[in-house]
Amino acid sequence: MAGTTRSRRKFLARVAALLALPAAAPRAARAQENTVDAMVRKLTAGAQITPGRVKLDLPALAENGNSVGLKVSIDSPMSATDFVRSIHLYAEKNPRPNIANFFLGPRSGRAQVVTRVRLAGTQNVLAIAALSDGSFWSDTAEVTVTNSACYDGS
Amino acid sequence: MTARVQVPRAARRGQPVEIRIAIQHPMETGFRRDDAGREIPKNVINRFVCRYDGVEVFRAEMGSGVAANPYLDFYTLADVSGELVFDWVDDEGKTGSERVPLVVSG
Repeated sequence: MAGTTRSRRKFLARVAALLALPAAAPRAARAQENTVDAMVRKLTAGAQITPGRVKLDLPALAENGNSVGLKVSIDSPMSATDFVRSIHLYAEKNPRPNIANFFLGPRSGRAQVVTRVRLAGTQNVLAIAALSDGSFWSDTAEVTVTNSACYDGS
Repeated sequence: MTARVQVPRAARRGQPVEIRIAIQHPMETGFRRDDAGREIPKNVINRFVCRYDGVEVFRAEMGSGVAANPYLDFYTLADVSGELVFDWVDDEGKTGSERVPLVVSG
């Protein structure tokens, strides 16, 4: 009798696991796609990213995460043959980490963009630049946020 | 959707021109709730394009991580006297546009 109960419990546990699997799997996959790592992999298709040439300027301390000034500039001649194609910004702790993507070209003249971003708490911000020669360069900045952007509705 | 654009009145050919634009828009994140507790749907300006004399010189894809009343400050190389045209669209499909002349000398 005791043996039957145990095997029934085992069986029920297996059924429960099977039922839970299809629901849990897509959620886990979605969560993975939403990580900065996954987004960057998609952007670079596995190519190497070298720290340097990019300069990401953010205040070390931001009192209000709802609007933080951000400047990104890349050391590039911005000539017809050597220019920045795009700049990609990521905030690892934001619910949607990809803040913005900027597309430039030889007609930009200067590889620099200034904007204002939302930051959901103290975190690292990552800037990646894609250059015309196919190389990727990056910089990070750590920002301490006193009052986070109200992403959670609070 | 109104916008404020700042561009130098005159520029010299071959010099980078600084373009500054601020667009009035709430850039709703989709994570906020109204007073009745209902979710306010996400609505951000997701695409912004600047064309100079008909040629795209700058484009931005934006998400909820861009602050309300999005501000963009970028550059373009002065080439010929012509028009700078700015176009944008939000998640609801609402579009906005602004145009300013650029006088180039030299």
